[in-house]
Amino acid sequence: MNFAFSEEQTMMADVVRELLARECGSAALRGQMSAACSFDRERWRKLLELGLAGVLVPEDAGGLGLGGADFVQIAEACGYACLPEPLVDHAGVVLPLLADSEGETARAALTQGLETGTVIALTHPQTPWIVAANAASAFVLPGPDGLRLVRSEEVRRVQQAGIDPLRQLFTVSAEPAAGALIAAPGAMAALLARAAERGAVFTAAELVGLAQACVDLAVAYAGERRQFGRPIGANQAIKHHLASAQVKIEFARPVVHAAAALVPALSEGVPQSLESRARVSHALLAAGEAATLAARTALQVHGAMGYSWEVDVHLYLKRALSLTQRWGGQEHHRQRIAERILTAPLGPDRLFPQVAEETGTTPMKRTA
Amino acid sequence: MDLRYTDEQQAFRAEVRDWMAANVPADPLPSFDGGRAGFEAHRDWEARLNAGRWGMVTWPEAYGGRGLDLIRWLIFEEEYYAAGAPLRVNQNGIFLLGPTLMEYGSQEQKARFLPPMATGEEIWAQAWSEPQAGSDLAAVRAKAVRDGDSYLLSGHKIWSSRAVMADWAFGLFRTDPASERHKGLSLILFPLDAEGVRRQAIAQINGETGFAELFLDEVRVPAGNRVGAEGEGWRICMATAGFERGLMLRSPARFQMTARRLVELYEANRETCTPAQRDAVAEAWMAAEAYALSIYATASRLIAGGSIGAEASLNKIFWSEMDIKMHETALAILGARAELLPTASAAGDVGRWLDGYLFSLAGPIYAGTNEIQRNIIAERLLGLPRG
Repeated sequence: MNFAFSEEQTMMADVVRELLARECGSAALRGQMSAACSFDRERWRKLLELGLAGVLVPEDAGGLGLGGADFVQIAEACGYACLPEPLVDHAGVVLPLLADSEGETARAALTQGLETGTVIALTHPQTPWIVAANAASAFVLPGPDGLRLVRSEEVRRVQQAGIDPLRQLFTVSAEPAAGALIAAPGAMAALLARAAERGAVFTAAELVGLAQACVDLAVAYAGERRQFGRPIGANQAIKHHLASAQVKIEFARPVVHAAAALVPALSEGVPQSLESRARVSHALLAAGEAATLAARTALQVHGAMGYSWEVDVHLYLKRALSLTQRWGGQEHHRQRIAERILTAPLGPDRLFPQVAEETGTTPMKRTA
Repeated sequence: MDLRYTDEQQAFRAEVRDWMAANVPADPLPSFDGGRAGFEAHRDWEARLNAGRWGMVTWPEAYGGRGLDLIRWLIFEEEYYAAGAPLRVNQNGIFLLGPTLMEYGSQEQKARFLPPMATGEEIWAQAWSEPQAGSDLAAVRAKAVRDGDSYLLSGHKIWSSRAVMADWAFGLFRTDPASERHKGLSLILFPLDAEGVRRQAIAQINGETGFAELFLDEVRVPAGNRVGAEGEGWRICMATAGFERGLMLRSPARFQMTARRLVELYEANRETCTPAQRDAVAEAWMAAEAYALSIYATASRLIAGGSIGAEASLNKIFWSEMDIKMHETALAILGARAELLPTASAAGDVGRWLDGYLFSLAGPIYAGTNEIQRNIIAERLLGLPRG
């Protein structure tokens, strides 16, 4: 039992953090916003040069063959930087889905994705809006006869105006026979279910990173902004708001990390036990709450400045709004928690449930 | 990162579970704050635990422990609370002063005080707060005057948990009369039956005398009862407070068991429960899980050589607020029965929720109020300017 990251895991995330600090600072984001560009190809290239696309792809498919614990801090870093590009979806969800699919078409698309850095996007029933579909070269689209891989020339993209000024959203559709089938309906359901678990875990990580960015932004401002002859951050009213936001973050983060540890190094996906599903849902709910509170706190601490377009708070607030509704939304995840607590064994020895099953320890009986 | 227990850890869990099954009293003991009988029953339980060498599994064997790491301590606690074992009457000793002595005490002090602490022969109270030194602990006025090889302790301490019946106390005293605030303070151990100590019980919100006022009038103790150097008291007490707020005092299993009981209460009252109550129950369960995961992460970090400082304040806020929320949810599910004591004929099976609720309300106050904790987080973790 060791609930800590390895040095390698943290080093890899540090490299990403440093790159994003250089390439994805406030000025860069503002430049993109005024150019109405939600996809910076140069930044994308630099991120992919680090090998990030294939982190979760098995080695025999050309990836690094790592697991969720290796990627989760990277996803946090993306959230912290308010990264416009869909790296978390691409590397965390879409490429693992392709690696998870049978057949030559999926493998060829995966290889192309890994080798050329081309963006592949997924339309998932739980996340109908595709981020940066204008930058994607291919799409994974569910249809009545299964999951299809369709080249960008064959799809219709309709931009859907959204609140996040750094991201452009699209709905994407194609003729029923467009592209090539990569999974029959039965296999499609399993692939999409696994994709949803990965999506929820890594979106939760983005939200935790984003939440921390909000607190850090507000702390910096509260230390500079002076009223009544002293920094506003010297007032307990401000301190306590920020401390409360930090508490929420601190008790969301380990849940996200534990959920990420459920994403195995091989492509088969998160175990579909009630307990594993509940942990993933818990991660997304807790991270969403932390991000929402942190963003609202940052807004309040910044006062009228926070309500202005000029200060970055709104970028985080809007991204939080967008991410918290992805991968099923709160009610869906609360249902999964309820299902777990009302039907599976409870108690302190069920914190790491997959373990109890493996080693044959008898779980405590339910007394009710 | 490896979130699996080793075979040895699983075997340890089974060993604890078996021992608890054979030894935990079938009926709950009477409260240790409700009278001498309950207090002594808890002392006997401590002795029994210690006879099985389960008193403090993390302590070195020489002091009655097993020298185990924090992961095993967590496993022990999980099985302890799952078995419904009694609350620890000597928690001030084993969770607060014990670790403090381990870090700052002399060899003589460790040998003298730790073994009887582990067996429950000597039960400890904390004597820090004073009428004018609560949240502002550095305003301590009680003094320790050096007289040859002794100190003479005088002053007025208050809100000392367990002090009505405990055997010893560890107090914060001003050893330098010219000093101010955090300087010139020392941590000194004194027996509560010494000449010059007058204890006055204070009835708590539930009517029990869980804490006391202590009036000290030239209580003579050997100078060897001072822990650490003269004037080091503040620094040492802050380390103790870290143990108190951090992972020792409120281990996660306790809340995981409360969450489990809450789910069972919901199931038993499902027909009258609202969807909002279902969500509140789910929130409670999630909070307990989050707290446990966070503590496992902290334990892993400490085992790898890390340390815990102001982070302890995050824990304290989280568990104290979680505890209240869980009990509020339970009372809401009980509805009109919530105000009834278990002895009322109309109460049915209301359990101990009301009792637990009252106790939970103390959480944001003791071990440093949550307002003080938020100041600590803001200033020391986030780096906001001091007010």
